[in-house]
Amino acid sequence: MACLVRSWIPLLFLQSFLVAIAFGSNEGEEFSEELLLKPLPDRKVLAHFHFENRAPPSNSHGRNHHLFPKAISQLVQKFRVKEMELSFTQGRWNHEHWGGFDPLSSMNAKPVGVELWAVFDVPQSQVDISWKNLTHALSGLFCASINFLESSTSYAAPTWGFGTNSDKLRYGSLPREAVCTENLTPWLKLLPCRDKDGISALMNRPSVYRGFYHSQRLHLSTVESGQEGLGSGIVLEQTLTVVIQPETTSVETNMQPSWSLSSLFGRKVVGSCVLAKSSNVYLQLEGRLGHESKNVDTEIEAHKLWMNSDFDLSLKPDRVIRESSSLLFIFDIDKSSDSEPFDLGLTWKLPSKWSCEQAPLHASRFLMGSGNERGAIAILLKATESQEKLSGRNLTTDGRCTIKANIFQIFPWYIKVYYHTLQIFVDQQQKTDSEVLKKINVSPSTDKVSSGMLEMMLELPCEVKSAAISIEYDKGFLHIDEYPPDANQGFDIPSALISFPSHHASLDFQEELSKSPLLSSFKEKSLVRSYTEVLLVPLTTPDFSMPYNVITITCTIFALYFGSLLNVLRRRIGEEERFLKSQGKKRGGLKQLLSRLTAKIRGRPIEAPSSESPAAESSFLSSKLIFKIILVAGAAAAWQYFSTDK
Amino acid sequence: MADVGGDMAEKELEKPTYGFWIWAMASVILRLFFIFYFPENFKLSSRPEVSTPLTSVRRLAEGYWLKQSSMSPYAGSMYHGSPLLLSVLGPLTSQWIEGQSSHHLCSLVFVFADILSALLLRAIGQKLQKTYSMNLKRLGVLRSSGDRGILPCGDIAALVYLWNPYTILSCVGLSTSPIENLAVIVSLYGAVTRRVPLAAFGLITATHLSLYPASLAIPLILLLGYGLDAHPLKNFLHTRDRGVETGSTSDVSKQDKLTRTTQLPFLWRTVLHFVFWVLVLSICVLVLCSLSLKQYGGLEEMFKRTYSFILNIEDLSPNIGVFWYFFAEAFESSRNYLLIVFNLYILLTSLPPLAFRFKHRPCFLAFAYLVMSSIIKSYPSGGDAALYLSLWALFVNELSDMNNLFFILCGHIGVSLLSPVVHNIWIWRGTGNANFYYGNAMGYVCFQFMFVEESVNAMLDHDKALEKATGKMTKN
Repeated sequence: MACLVRSWIPLLFLQSFLVAIAFGSNEGEEFSEELLLKPLPDRKVLAHFHFENRAPPSNSHGRNHHLFPKAISQLVQKFRVKEMELSFTQGRWNHEHWGGFDPLSSMNAKPVGVELWAVFDVPQSQVDISWKNLTHALSGLFCASINFLESSTSYAAPTWGFGTNSDKLRYGSLPREAVCTENLTPWLKLLPCRDKDGISALMNRPSVYRGFYHSQRLHLSTVESGQEGLGSGIVLEQTLTVVIQPETTSVETNMQPSWSLSSLFGRKVVGSCVLAKSSNVYLQLEGRLGHESKNVDTEIEAHKLWMNSDFDLSLKPDRVIRESSSLLFIFDIDKSSDSEPFDLGLTWKLPSKWSCEQAPLHASRFLMGSGNERGAIAILLKATESQEKLSGRNLTTDGRCTIKANIFQIFPWYIKVYYHTLQIFVDQQQKTDSEVLKKINVSPSTDKVSSGMLEMMLELPCEVKSAAISIEYDKGFLHIDEYPPDANQGFDIPSALISFPSHHASLDFQEELSKSPLLSSFKEKSLVRSYTEVLLVPLTTPDFSMPYNVITITCTIFALYFGSLLNVLRRRIGEEERFLKSQGKKRGGLKQLLSRLTAKIRGRPIEAPSSESPAAESSFLSSKLIFKIILVAGAAAAWQYFSTDK
Repeated sequence: MADVGGDMAEKELEKPTYGFWIWAMASVILRLFFIFYFPENFKLSSRPEVSTPLTSVRRLAEGYWLKQSSMSPYAGSMYHGSPLLLSVLGPLTSQWIEGQSSHHLCSLVFVFADILSALLLRAIGQKLQKTYSMNLKRLGVLRSSGDRGILPCGDIAALVYLWNPYTILSCVGLSTSPIENLAVIVSLYGAVTRRVPLAAFGLITATHLSLYPASLAIPLILLLGYGLDAHPLKNFLHTRDRGVETGSTSDVSKQDKLTRTTQLPFLWRTVLHFVFWVLVLSICVLVLCSLSLKQYGGLEEMFKRTYSFILNIEDLSPNIGVFWYFFAEAFESSRNYLLIVFNLYILLTSLPPLAFRFKHRPCFLAFAYLVMSSIIKSYPSGGDAALYLSLWALFVNELSDMNNLFFILCGHIGVSLLSPVVHNIWIWRGTGNANFYYGNAMGYVCFQFMFVEESVNAMLDHDKALEKATGKMTKN
């Protein structure tokens, strides 16, 4: 026992020492974990996990990180990534009910599948090489087929349509990538506490993947230190956005379901991650301002905020912050422990209704036409209710109120787009390009080499009800090897990105906040974006079982007919007749000779003539044979000679 | 006497011209009716029988749009035609871009091209007919020039061209093949009427537009070197013998002249003149192309996007040929080998033998070459069939006893009718698969092969028959 204690003491020392180092030396390296919960108007709950890991600028190259994942820092160093975002998404963000004009949706509503974009800090000529290497590295890191983005047919270099103006930006997306737990596990590995402790312990796989929407995102950006000699710091932001339907027992359909963390995720938070600088849980309630008075001074009224006639919170918030249209309850989970786990619950008492703020225009995209030869892609922008509120903000120089909308769209090469057929309809009336199209940038696709890209900026009048854009295309026909195994399922066209460059979403909290990374990122103005649906285009398939038949039949017919044509050309009727006559004469002579021979040999045994001619033939053959043998032998000898010479 | 015969023949010719003009006008009215009455009702311009990646005006409009927005017209793998044609036809499509269906201008250009081709064909045919009857007279087979047996092949060919459904479809359906056909016919016309620069111009234009008419250089050189279609030289030798035998003084001098001209068979100076013009015009075309593509990669880009596109069969969308399916199915590793086989081997094995056999009939050789190139073309269309069928009609006199003609024509019609049905079943309904359409295309290739083979056979038989007839006469 004593020796056990003795052996424990140095270990304890070592541990405390290590912890001291860990906490002492990572003055710049910060990790914070946050969770934002938000009931949604359509009886669902949004949970947004946000982890931020900062590595300060450092001068040493092969520096050891304490909290920051080494894989990511190596990635940044090796490929000189300036900014990068990778997202894995399953499900579609419902812009009407889940919001389209807040920072949460504009940053976390992502297209289905994998989306990757990166800005590099390398010379222009090396950007593509860096991109290819990066896709392979990420593919290995996240167990996903991101390496398919390596091929130049699947990525594009947006100039201004994406919102980030850089000529070193590359963008690619894989709409068909199946996102599952094997992508989440490596993503969790980048967190200092993984999913063992802290908020990330809530990520129970079945409940995460049971949701209506989940999007795991990894965003990293390098921060220039500004000082000479120092490298650049890295900010790694990992978010997971899940929309879950709480299990409800109430029969009332208009009643919002009540939920708690344990009912949503099946788990509770039993304490924060010890390595995290801050671990907070936020609860955002939208559209609650009408009920409450503006000033919350007294303790009682503050109490009213979280325990009133409408709803009850199971825990007392540490702070309450107001936003222009919503309330934010802040909970610090440091206090929770094994004995007293943090299990936030929300119980609705009265039916409650509210709506989310929406983007000025709601975008949807669809295919037109039938058949497998051609079609058209249409993007429909419909005005939303929030548009009236927003109008008047963007007055042009000549006093007209306009909404600007950027459309960024990638076309795979097998969608052969006729850009000259671009038509724009505003309120069902066709407009000429000069009226509404402010800027357009087209980079057409090249067959089997590069994908096409369309960027355009529309300037629509504010009172617009709907705007539609249509563009025609021909479907390409692929080589038999270029079809995926499930060719008849069709091919996906990646989502189009609609962004509103003159609209920015932000939450303006009325009071100054602590340095919560999540809330400060919400406070920053972010571009309002929405992704459209992924389109599924069926392409015509050849018969996959036919290659041998096609090759043989085609070649046979060509050989046959060319042969017969040559035969016709060779034929000369008169000469043929002459030839036949002379042939007949010859044959006659032979016959006569033969008959003479038979007459001569009649008395003798019959075998004689038959034995005679084969003998002559065989002698002829044998001379030929001997010649051949000599030739082969000579060649062999020569070869032998030369090979041994060497 | 010969002059009188010629006059009579002309009079004979003038009679049907009246009918010819009526029919020609009717065909033009039919086209205009289609163009103005059904502007966009039938989507003819995207039918594989009408437009190919090379001849589609829709793609041309896209190329023009790209060029107008200061991009290379070849960006986007859409346009694969000539940059000069783009400069000529492009502005006509620009109104199309505005959203209005004013493709009428383009269509009118094609109608005009069709009329011009028909007139030139008629001129070629009249010339051929004259030489045919003259040659027959010289051989003594034909006693009087006013023989009813000789058909006015020029009128027939022109009407076959104008009334061929393929021609009408490709004219109405916005494909540039009427212009390509016009270039081919211009080159033939130039050679037939011995206008050397015109022949060179037609050849260069046709080659520039669709590459395959380059093979026509051989018939054109033969045409300029040996003169119009005649019978084999030995027939004339026979007739000279006959002339000597009969000893009629007036004829002897003529026949001697004739034999003298046939004995110096090849007019090297004309041919060199032709080659010179071809070189000059090709340099002109190249310079013009490089000027129009100066900022978009120049000539290299043009060769890559047009000729390399044709020879490499990059576009695998269905057309009435078989190579799209063949190269969609063939293994990637053997693709280069197969390309060499089908481009080179067929050229080498089919073109020279035909040239050797039909030295004396350059126009017929041109017809045979056009059928062969329509078979082995990477992107064939109905326009090619229109061209070779009308050229075939130039030889109605010679090919009157062609075998299996009914069967072959029925086959052509059947395949043409089946092709849209099978295409619809495969592409639009999804109830059939690619093999249906491929089988149809295979049938079309077979019928084309049979057509050219039987024509060649009939022409050889005709020559043989003439030889026999003259032989008999000399014996008598």
